[in-house]
Amino acid sequence: MSDMIPVVLNVNGANVARLVEPRTTLADFLREDLQLTGTHLGCEMGACGACLVLIEDRPVHACLTLAVQAAGGRVETIEGITERGALADLQDAFHQRNALQCGYCTPGMLVSAYAILQRGGVPSREEIRDALSGNYCRCTGYEAIVDAIETTAKARDGACTRETQPA
Amino acid sequence: MKARAFKYERVSTIAQALAAHAAADGDAAFIAGGQSLIPSLALRLQAPGVLIDIAHIDALRGVSVEGDALRIGALTRHAEMLENPLIARHAPLLALAAPFVAHPAIRNRGTIGGSVALADPAAEFPTVLLALRARFEIVGAGGARMVEADDFFRDLFETALEPGELLAAVHVPCARDTDRCAFDELAVRRGDYGLVGCAARVGLDSAGRVTDAGIAFLSVGPKPTRATSVERTLIGGALDEAAIRSAQAALDSDIDPPEDDRTPATMRRRLARVLLGRTLQRLGGAA
Repeated sequence: MSDMIPVVLNVNGANVARLVEPRTTLADFLREDLQLTGTHLGCEMGACGACLVLIEDRPVHACLTLAVQAAGGRVETIEGITERGALADLQDAFHQRNALQCGYCTPGMLVSAYAILQRGGVPSREEIRDALSGNYCRCTGYEAIVDAIETTAKARDGACTRETQPA
Repeated sequence: MKARAFKYERVSTIAQALAAHAAADGDAAFIAGGQSLIPSLALRLQAPGVLIDIAHIDALRGVSVEGDALRIGALTRHAEMLENPLIARHAPLLALAAPFVAHPAIRNRGTIGGSVALADPAAEFPTVLLALRARFEIVGAGGARMVEADDFFRDLFETALEPGELLAAVHVPCARDTDRCAFDELAVRRGDYGLVGCAARVGLDSAGRVTDAGIAFLSVGPKPTRATSVERTLIGGALDEAAIRSAQAALDSDIDPPEDDRTPATMRRRLARVLLGRTLQRLGGAA
């Protein structure tokens, strides 16, 4: 315990300070120290994508990042992204299209989808699948997930086009 | 799947990084993006006593033109290969290969320095840098030195880096207007380790004849492999069908793929030949 070191970082908009062991991954830190259990742990080696979070607004694996590495940075978990309503439309689309069964992969899927939707425009289904290549779902398959993301991208793009049209 | 305990030290200069490594008496590892190192720690394939975090060293950052080469700082992340206008202009082969590197989230954290220093024979960037005849800027207790790509990659996960040395940057000769380049890879699924990958760059004269070539393969041996016979075969001719067939025939003497249970050596040779054909066709078509 003598090797615990102080870590200060911003999580979901709030500064948090804790003592952590250097080997603690960001995923374990979020789940165990901050009780943010929306970040799921699957493979713990960067293959399954269940643990994705945003660091400086980009998806990264919380299992492939140490909490000490994230010190001084800005982390947003699925709790933060969804509670500020950034993905409310996509969450509805997931619900409508039954894009989840057990839900284990869903937080990671939503974080990847967040980055896809942030780019704007309507990506092709191939591009969506490519962007989800690091997210494993073992129950529904990917068709419904791709549908939900595509639907949301089209709806956002449509809203955007209407807003920019002259009255 | 949890790493053994280690100490952690975040440094802000190269001198501090080298000193921290020396103080650990060899029992230390540098960490930047950590996208290969952290799984390796979790699997306990490695268990250094100290992790030295080099991700906050400004001298290892940035992309800039220096003379006729592009200097890419070791901390440049894979995702930036797709976004940086200097890379798009002067080292487009890196940008072409970047979408094949792992998955988007890994590309947001992994660094080119980490990829090169690890020297995974299945990795894209080491192979691209070999094809581009890059040079590697290494810093250590004895000062800085430059190593040519041909001398840098030595064997399986083995490079010219000595213990305690740090890769500071890669220097890529700037692409000329007469250059053509292409990258392609065959993998079971997108983002998986490539069964075979091919990085190719040729210079063409006004008549469309090849003046010089850099062709390299991934996953065909213990290290990124340059296809020197292919390069010699191509030089002086046009990139027509006959030249491509000759190049494919020459490839056999350039590579010696290992036998493994899933991918027999004969299969990998075959895939490499097919991939070389496709890649060269693309170069010819773009001319």
